[in-house]
Amino acid sequence: MSNFFNKSDLTRQDADKIVSETLNNCDDGELYLEESKSESIVLDDNKIKSSNYSSDLGFGFRAISNEVVAYSYSNEISKDSLKNSSENLKSTLKSIKGTYNHEIPKSNKKFYEDINPIEQKSLDSKLEVLNKVNDFLRKKDGSVKQVTASFAGEQKSIEIIRSGGEALTDVRPLIRFNVSVMLEKNGRKETGVYGIGGRQSYDDYLKNDNWKNVCEEAFRIASVNLDSKPAPAGEMKVVLGPGWPAILIHEAIGHGLEGDFNRKKTSAFHDLMGQKVASEGVTIVDDGTIDNRRGSLTIDDEGTPTERTVLIENGILKNFMQDRHNARLMKTRSTGSGRRENYRHIVLPRMRNTMMLSGNQTQDEMIKSVDKGIFAVSFGGGQVDITSGKFVFNCTEAYEINNGKIGSPIKGATLIGDGPSILKEVSMVGNDMMLDPGIGTCGKAGQGVPVGVAQPSILIDKMTVGGTKL
Amino acid sequence: MVKDQEFLKSKASYCLDLAKKMGATDASVTVGHSISETVNFRNKSLEASDRSDGLALSIETYLGKRRSSISSSNLLDENIKTLIEKCFETTKITPEDEFNSLPDKNLLAKQISSLNLYDETRFENDKKIKYLKDLEESASSNNQIINTESSFTENKSNFILANSDGFCDGYKTSSFTTSCVTVAKDENSMERDYEFSSKRHLSDIKQAIDLGNKAAKQTIRKLSPKKIGSEKISIIFDKRISKGMLSVFASAISASAIARGTSFLKDKIGEQVFADSINVIDKPDIIKGMGSQNFDAEGVNSNTLQLIENGILKNYLVDTYNGKKLNLQSNGRSGGTTNLYFEKGNISHEDLMKKNSRSLYITETIGHGSNLVTGDYSVGATGFWLKTENLNILLMK
Repeated sequence: MSNFFNKSDLTRQDADKIVSETLNNCDDGELYLEESKSESIVLDDNKIKSSNYSSDLGFGFRAISNEVVAYSYSNEISKDSLKNSSENLKSTLKSIKGTYNHEIPKSNKKFYEDINPIEQKSLDSKLEVLNKVNDFLRKKDGSVKQVTASFAGEQKSIEIIRSGGEALTDVRPLIRFNVSVMLEKNGRKETGVYGIGGRQSYDDYLKNDNWKNVCEEAFRIASVNLDSKPAPAGEMKVVLGPGWPAILIHEAIGHGLEGDFNRKKTSAFHDLMGQKVASEGVTIVDDGTIDNRRGSLTIDDEGTPTERTVLIENGILKNFMQDRHNARLMKTRSTGSGRRENYRHIVLPRMRNTMMLSGNQTQDEMIKSVDKGIFAVSFGGGQVDITSGKFVFNCTEAYEINNGKIGSPIKGATLIGDGPSILKEVSMVGNDMMLDPGIGTCGKAGQGVPVGVAQPSILIDKMTVGGTKL
Repeated sequence: MVKDQEFLKSKASYCLDLAKKMGATDASVTVGHSISETVNFRNKSLEASDRSDGLALSIETYLGKRRSSISSSNLLDENIKTLIEKCFETTKITPEDEFNSLPDKNLLAKQISSLNLYDETRFENDKKIKYLKDLEESASSNNQIINTESSFTENKSNFILANSDGFCDGYKTSSFTTSCVTVAKDENSMERDYEFSSKRHLSDIKQAIDLGNKAAKQTIRKLSPKKIGSEKISIIFDKRISKGMLSVFASAISASAIARGTSFLKDKIGEQVFADSINVIDKPDIIKGMGSQNFDAEGVNSNTLQLIENGILKNYLVDTYNGKKLNLQSNGRSGGTTNLYFEKGNISHEDLMKKNSRSLYITETIGHGSNLVTGDYSVGATGFWLKTENLNILLMK
């Protein structure tokens, strides 16, 4: 746990006093203190390409009245610096008065340990794993032309001080191990990428030589793509595999259910609460409480304990994801979804682990039911236009389906759809829900936060596939 | 006030001295300070204000051909000392890499000419508020516009880059950026579009009323879109698409992608990669340019590069490390491109739009569908059927 008050002339008493005095006439706000330590070690092109260590310390001071948010941050934690920020907030809110809401829910539950993963594994042993990965893959097959492997680790300590002196703390570990391999055969080059991670120590993820499985998976994806042929184009049926493909749900549906877009009425979902937005059998939750998951949080970045929020239940829209600010303006409660990338950024309602729950059909049944379509197993990046609801996804591993059978792998297929209508096209929900391997980062308003996704196999009756084969 | 050169220089030399004292054979350090103030508006009233004040330090230490780096935002001498110790300890156990080195001394920038990148004008938040009021007033004057969001950001930065070969330089820059996002609605649809203006000098920023008008106009014309079928068709890309396309191109010709063999443009120097009417240039010395620089992230002098000449690939973007790997001299592109652009051709916008009897005019793309290894490009797109009606979304490839 970081002690933020032994670093300068700022004492806790000073901080409490400045916070309370600044937020006295505001509706909400807090002082957010953060110290993070992070490392990144990359092996690339047969060498340790970089090893970087970074330490960051700072505060963000926020005051909210009515609809106006004033924010000021600095990486100098001192009495003067905090006073300057306070003046800055007061000058923005000078003509708007509010009543401070002292209420904040409490919980004793923790979803990860207070560890510093960087210190738990020596640099030597990290370098050793990276070199093993490189040797293993290059020896495995002559087609391997490039290998990149990396470790990224972080420990972030936060403290939230609210008006009246209430303080809330959290220590958040996070690691990621990633392997990327490029193969070349008959003049064609393809890459495969796979990674694992979460809020435990490196060795929790690497035990039993698990790094080999990561290598095998990256290699398998690249091999499949070496034999891929051009993707078909047009509207067709799409079967999504379990796990990571749920990133499509995250983009297409999740963002549209974040409180801010709905308060501002810019989301295609803003007037659909209580209505049927998905096929029966479709239930989607956003859950911050799964042990050690990348998207899990003990408390969110406003201090609210996280929860399992039901967004869509059996096709009916039940809840939006809320931070305190949007919840207050929409006269509802925070769902513990207030997040920020770090102290440099304001809090926004964000996703944690977004999951579509299992139904009772099998992937086999889905494939068999499709005459002509696509089976999408893994995705690269995706993007959504919240207002029109349109989204786009690029498949990194996908296959044709012909007459109920999985056919050749296809390259570069893009899936295009429309958020509000896509879930109504779900006609089968599998019994095989799977969590992603712990690699997702969600971007919104220039802020990246770690997230998780999960889903079973699903069959979507109609989706536009962007390919070159007409 | 943004910290002055003296302050930054003293921190930089403290770091270099310390690294040397600990036994580093070489070191380089960047120290920067940046202050930003943003005001956000929504539907004609104040929504948020945001002030940021950030110091940043990054250090690389070398022990022969071993190298590692650290970065921090905490510039207290005590913290710096701990970090440099940690950095140097890491360097000692990091394997050697024959290509690790500071840039060649004779390539370092010598004369720093003024590119007029700093405007000291303070644009107080009250003035930003007035600007955004006018902007949103004009953006929402059409009743099909149901939501407006806009912001104005003022930034002042200063930095020093120093290395143990004696390079020590830096300069102040400023930027003023304003943008407006509007949402329009009709009985069939809801659409979003935007307009922005970003300049080094305040006086060059677009008039608030013009900016708001343009955002609204661009949004309203997207209403009631239709989906189109699959076909092969000629496409006209709006200027706005160039940023996405050029940034993909820049990644594909970066020396790092070339050296790793993971770019579809590897070994393509001297070959035709674009139509012969295409020229692509990266020019670092445009006066007041948003991407202008006197030297790159390693202190290497950067000159104008003709990347594509009549469709032929002429240059990669080379930094010191990857340059040594490829046996090429750095051309001052550590940190990437500067002001990168397609040179204009000789057909007017109007004539271009009339050139084909039937074509698609693309104004926005979404998705991350570029594959640098294979050169495949597949994104979602919004645009218009030329001459006929407004259409929306489908693939292109």
